[in-house]
Amino acid sequence: MPTTNLKELSNMPELLSGGHAACPGCAGPIALRQALHAAQQDDAYVVTTSSTGCMEVVTSIYPNSAWNVPFVHSAFENSASTAAGAEAAYQSLKRQGKLDKDIKFIAFGGDGGTYDIGLQALSGALERGHNFTYICYDNEAYMNTGIQRSGATPKGAFTNTAQAGKVLAGKNQVKKDLTAICAAHGIPYVAQASLHRMRDYIKKVQRAVNTEGPCFINVLSPCPRGWRCKPEDTIRLCELSVNTRLWPVFEIVDGRLKIDYKPSEKKQRPMRDWLKSQGRFKHLFSPKNEHLIEEIQADVDKRWENLLRRERCDQED
Amino acid sequence: MAERVAKTGNDAAAYALRQINPDVVAAYPITPQTELMHKFAEYVADGDVDTEFVQVESEHSAMSAVVGASLSGARCCTATSSAGLALMWEILFVAAGNRCPIVMPVVNRALSAPINIHCDHSDSMGARDSGWIQLYAENSQEAYDNVLQAIRIGEHPDVMLPVMAALDGFILSHTIEALEINDDETAQDFLGDFKRDYSLLDVDNPYTFGPLALQNYYFEYKKQQIDAMEAARDVIVDVGKEYGELTGRTYGMLEPYRCDDAEVILVGLGSTTGTAKEAADQVREEDGIAAGVLKVRCFRPFPAREIAEALGDAAVVGTLDRAVSFGLGGPLFHEVRSSLSGRDNCAPMVDFIYGLGGRDMPLNSVKDVFRQLADVQKKGKTEADDIRYVGLRE
Repeated sequence: MPTTNLKELSNMPELLSGGHAACPGCAGPIALRQALHAAQQDDAYVVTTSSTGCMEVVTSIYPNSAWNVPFVHSAFENSASTAAGAEAAYQSLKRQGKLDKDIKFIAFGGDGGTYDIGLQALSGALERGHNFTYICYDNEAYMNTGIQRSGATPKGAFTNTAQAGKVLAGKNQVKKDLTAICAAHGIPYVAQASLHRMRDYIKKVQRAVNTEGPCFINVLSPCPRGWRCKPEDTIRLCELSVNTRLWPVFEIVDGRLKIDYKPSEKKQRPMRDWLKSQGRFKHLFSPKNEHLIEEIQADVDKRWENLLRRERCDQED
Repeated sequence: MAERVAKTGNDAAAYALRQINPDVVAAYPITPQTELMHKFAEYVADGDVDTEFVQVESEHSAMSAVVGASLSGARCCTATSSAGLALMWEILFVAAGNRCPIVMPVVNRALSAPINIHCDHSDSMGARDSGWIQLYAENSQEAYDNVLQAIRIGEHPDVMLPVMAALDGFILSHTIEALEINDDETAQDFLGDFKRDYSLLDVDNPYTFGPLALQNYYFEYKKQQIDAMEAARDVIVDVGKEYGELTGRTYGMLEPYRCDDAEVILVGLGSTTGTAKEAADQVREEDGIAAGVLKVRCFRPFPAREIAEALGDAAVVGTLDRAVSFGLGGPLFHEVRSSLSGRDNCAPMVDFIYGLGGRDMPLNSVKDVFRQLADVQKKGKTEADDIRYVGLRE
C-alpha cells in the first residue's frame, strides 16, 4: 500500500529536485513534488508530461533538469494528448511483451494550458478513457507570460490584460468551473485539492493513479507574483481559499460527489478576507468598486449551495 | 512472393501501414485521407495489427499523441490532408526537433479559403521547412513503396527524423491502379525493428525531453537537426537501392525520364509527372521536341546537386508547381532555379503553376507546356520570372 505518512514521504529520494527556478512561494513545485512522491511508490513508476508554462520552464532549463522521473514537454495545449500517446505506446508495448513495468502517467498543466488552450486535448483524452491522471495547478492567470487573464481568473482580479482602471475593475467575467466540466465526462475519479491539506492531496493523487481510466485533480496554486501576496503566505492562502468556500475540496468517485471538508461557522471566513489578502484585488476596495465584493460573495455562496445540493443528491440515492 | 493487386492510393498506403504494424497510430478524419484510415481500422478490427489505434479529437492531438508515443519507443504513424496538416503545424516542428521518426502519409489537398477538397500541394509545400523529410509519389505503387521506405529512412540512427509520404488527393488516393505488393515476410524483414536509444518509458534511466533551450544551446540543437537532414541524403539512396534489390523497384532522390538527350526538360513531382512522361513521348513523336521529365521524388532534403547534374545541358527548363508561394511563385521553380545558380550557361526557365484546387491537368495541357518550352528554346531566352498559369480562365 502506498504511504501517506508525511515522515516516510519526507525520507524518500527526491523526484523533483531543488535548484529549479521557481519563484519563492510558488505553490506549483509543491503540487508537482508531492504528486510524484504520492504516485511513485511500491513497484509503480511515474512518467510525466507537462504543458508549456511556469512549471515546465523552471524545471527543465537545458542542460539542467529537476526531474528524476521521465518527463516530456511538447507544447502549450497538448499535455493531455502527449500523455495519451505515451500511454498508448505503453499499452501497445506491454501487450506485445516488450515492457513489464507498472507505469502511472501524470499529465501536468497550468490553468492556461488546461482551462483554455488545452481544454480540447484534455476533453478528448478523458473521453477516450486513457489510463492517466491529469493534475492542473491553477494559479488563476497566465503567469509565465506575465500575468494575463485566463478562463480561470476570478472576477475582479487584476491582470495585465484585464486591468483595473477608471472604467474597468479587473476581469469582468466569473471563473470557469473546469472541475465540473471534467466531471461531466463521466470519468471514474475527479477531485479538487488544497495544498494546506497535504495528506488529503497525496491521498487523492494515489487514488487517481490507482484508478483504472482517466482521472482529474484540480489544485489551487497561489502565485505570489501574480496574486500580489507574500511568498510566505502561500499555504495560509490555500487554507483561506477553502475556509472562504471559494475552493471547496471534494472528490467525485464514479459520479458521486463528496465534500471532504466543510468549514465550521467558527472557521468560515468571508470573501472580503480573501480579496483583502492579495494585491490583485486591491482596487475592489475603492468606493466605486465595492459593490463587486458583494457580487463575488454571492457567486461563491451560490456555487457552494450548488455543491451541497449535488452532494445531497449523490449521497442520498 | 510479391503479388499484383488492384488498390486505390489510400488502400495501398493503408496496406503499407498494415505491414509496418505500427505500435501506435493516432489519426483524425479529413477528406481525402479518410479511406486510408477506414482501411487501417479494418486491419485493427480484424486483429491484423498489434497497433494501439487512438482516434483523437483533432489533428493537433494526433501529432501530439504520436510524438508522445514515439518518444516512448513506439513505431508510430498517422495520416492527414490539407487543413489537418495545417492544424498539426506547431507539432510538426516538435516532432522533428525531438527526433521522432514518425511516418505520415499526406494525401495532398488544397487549403482553405475557399474550401476545396481536391488536390494541390499547398498543404505539404507549406510544411517544407518543418524539418520533415518529404517523399512524393507518382502513383499508388510509389505511395506504397514510399511509406515502407519512410520507416527505414526516418528510423536510421544517423537520421531519426519524421517522414511525410505524399500522394495526390483523389487522383491517387481514390483511383484504383494495379500495383505489386510485397509478401508480409519480405516487407517485415526489410523494415526490421525500431529501438529508440532514449525512451520516455525507461523508468530506470529517467530522461527529460523537450526542455527549454535558450540562446546558449538552441542553435547547436538545430545544427544537429540540419546534419541529420544532410545525412538523410545517403540513407534515402541506400534504402532505395536495398528496396530495389528486394522488389526490382529502385528509388533515389530523383527519377529522370528521357533526360539524357533532352533539350527541353520539365521538372515536377506527384502524379502529374506520370502524365508528363506520356506527354514527352508524344511531343517527341509528333512535334520533334527533344523532351524529358525530371521527377523529384524527394523534396526534403532537396536534391539540388542531383538536379543540377540531371538538367545537364538542357536548353530550357520548365517546372510544374501545384502550389504557390504568394508574392514569389512556385516553390519548386525557385528551388530548382537556385540549384542551377552559379552554373555556366544557366538555361532559361519557365514556371508553370497548375492544378490548384484540383483543376485537371490533362495530357494535352502538358503537351502544350512542352510546346511553350520549345518556343522559348527557339527564342533562346525568356523573362527572368516567367510564370505561366496552366488551364486558368482569365
